Amino acid sequence: MTRIINRQPSRYGRLALGFLPFVILLLVYIVASDARLAENSADKLLPSFQSFADAVVRMGFEPSKRTGEYLLLNDTLSSLQRLMMGVGLSAFIGLVIGVGNGMVPYMRSPLSPLVTAISLIPPMAILPILFIIFGLGELSKVVLIVIGICPIIIRDIQLRTDDLPPEQLIKAQTLGGSSWQIIVRVVLPQIMPRLIEAVRLTLGSAWLFLIAAEAIAATDGLGYRIFLVRRYMAMDVILPYVLWITTLAFAMDWSLKRVSILLFPWYHGTQGGGHD
Amino acid sequence: MTKSEKPIIQIKNLWKEYGDNVVLERINLDVYEGEFVSIVGASGCGKTTFLNLMLGTEQPSRGSILLDEAPLDPEPSTERGIVFQKYSVFPHMTALENVMLGEEFSKTSMSSVAMGRLIGRAKEDARENAMAILEQVGLSQAANKYPSELSGGMQQRLAIAQALIKKPRILLLDEPFGALDPGIRKDMHQLIGQLWQEQKLTVFMITHDLSEGFLLGSRLWVFDKTRQDSHAPERFGAHITFDIPLSTGKSGEEELERLKATELDVA
Ligand SMILES: Nc1ncnc2c1ncn2[C@@H]1O[C@H](COP(=O)(O)OP(=O)(O)OP(=O)(O)O)[C@@H](O)[C@H]1O
Ligand SMILES: [Mg+2]
Repeated sequence: MTRIINRQPSRYGRLALGFLPFVILLLVYIVASDARLAENSADKLLPSFQSFADAVVRMGFEPSKRTGEYLLLNDTLSSLQRLMMGVGLSAFIGLVIGVGNGMVPYMRSPLSPLVTAISLIPPMAILPILFIIFGLGELSKVVLIVIGICPIIIRDIQLRTDDLPPEQLIKAQTLGGSSWQIIVRVVLPQIMPRLIEAVRLTLGSAWLFLIAAEAIAATDGLGYRIFLVRRYMAMDVILPYVLWITTLAFAMDWSLKRVSILLFPWYHGTQGGGHD
Repeated sequence: MTKSEKPIIQIKNLWKEYGDNVVLERINLDVYEGEFVSIVGASGCGKTTFLNLMLGTEQPSRGSILLDEAPLDPEPSTERGIVFQKYSVFPHMTALENVMLGEEFSKTSMSSVAMGRLIGRAKEDARENAMAILEQVGLSQAANKYPSELSGGMQQRLAIAQALIKKPRILLLDEPFGALDPGIRKDMHQLIGQLWQEQKLTVFMITHDLSEGFLLGSRLWVFDKTRQDSHAPERFGAHITFDIPLSTGKSGEEELERLKATELDVA
């Protein structure tokens, strides 16, 4: 009898085991939903799959009666735009300041304590300030995302830059590289896949800040919609929206990983494909 | 070589201290172009520190090192090539790109200054030069592979090729073959010996393998402390206790026999 720590499920076994919890959750939901609906057919807490389908069709595939827009599409585009701007800006600032801090002591000395301090501010606590300064428009939502995730990316990139073997930087100097040439040819290309990793890890927080900001002040967006229909306890809308957000987040994570493997094969080739 | 020519390296009363810890003391030596200096000594006695002083990543506490009679740059430069035990090559570049990098840092064209890249004709020239050097170290088959796809020995060959493209005045090697299997090490000895003779290199090589030092070197330095204070071992530093001219090509055993005959206790 081999030890349990040495026993591996087969490929299909692994797949089946992976699906199992989802199937169980689904079954539990169906049973609970049926039970509640049998008691009270107007119950809103655990809607039937039919109401979900209706809600999805209503939100996603029919123009809204009031505005003539496709609400799900509209909400998705608004949210994605904010998210992309926030994450893109954070990644760019994170790369510039992170690599700068990691490479140039005269940049690190003044900036590093500031970045640490900013990273300790709870972003939600200054959301009102952002609304006051930047108004209720798009900018304040983007800024919230940036303030929320940028310091994390900066610190991560700075650490990753510090982690580059000093031998490499010395070697580059003996090859005649200037500071700038070394940053461009030796440091940046090696930091890029790590930046993608940092972005993947902060994407969850970015969604959190986005939805929080949309819940408080917005006229469209996935977060706005969820909090709007909450007033009517419209679980048939909320749950599909949550599923949709999860799918979007998963798709982003997955594509970032693919892009990284495609662009930086040397990074993923090492260490037995450890960076997933 | 004749001793009448000017030394390429002059070391004058060199000391290195870290705080109270004296690592190196009273080093005075001249090295002539084309010499191959093997450096041996107990672990922690300051061999790497010495190499760092030559390289420019550390500065002397006292004394000075002259290269071609001028003080060394206080930071690494193209006159001094280096091969470390590991991490010498760039993992994000193919072997060819690794070797070309030295030329792409040339600072003669706009694209090189701005992006560290050459374009057009200059790039083709750099590629040809790099291929020629890869050929010399036996890596032309692997030109388009990334370092992670190369064996340890091939990576060290690449590191040597990369250092040679800048035609450094001196080549510094810190235990370059320490991480390699004995069989591969033999090939590397052949390679470095050949390059040394063909290109008239001046080499400083730290090694823990005494027979390697004997085999390759034209000169052997032994770093050791002559003064000891058992209560405060950091009070005195190491210096070069033996400076032995070698006839290269002889195996370590032969040389050892010869030295034992003259009653020098180097081991
Ligand atoms: N940056 C530093 N700061 C303080 N002490 C240092 C520093 N670098 C080296 N030392 C000290 O200098 C001494 C010599 O170290 P060094 O690395 O030169 O030894 P080594 O001869 O290369 O040893 P090994 O054969 O193990 O590589 C050690 O006692 C070490 O603690
Ligand atoms: Mg050492």
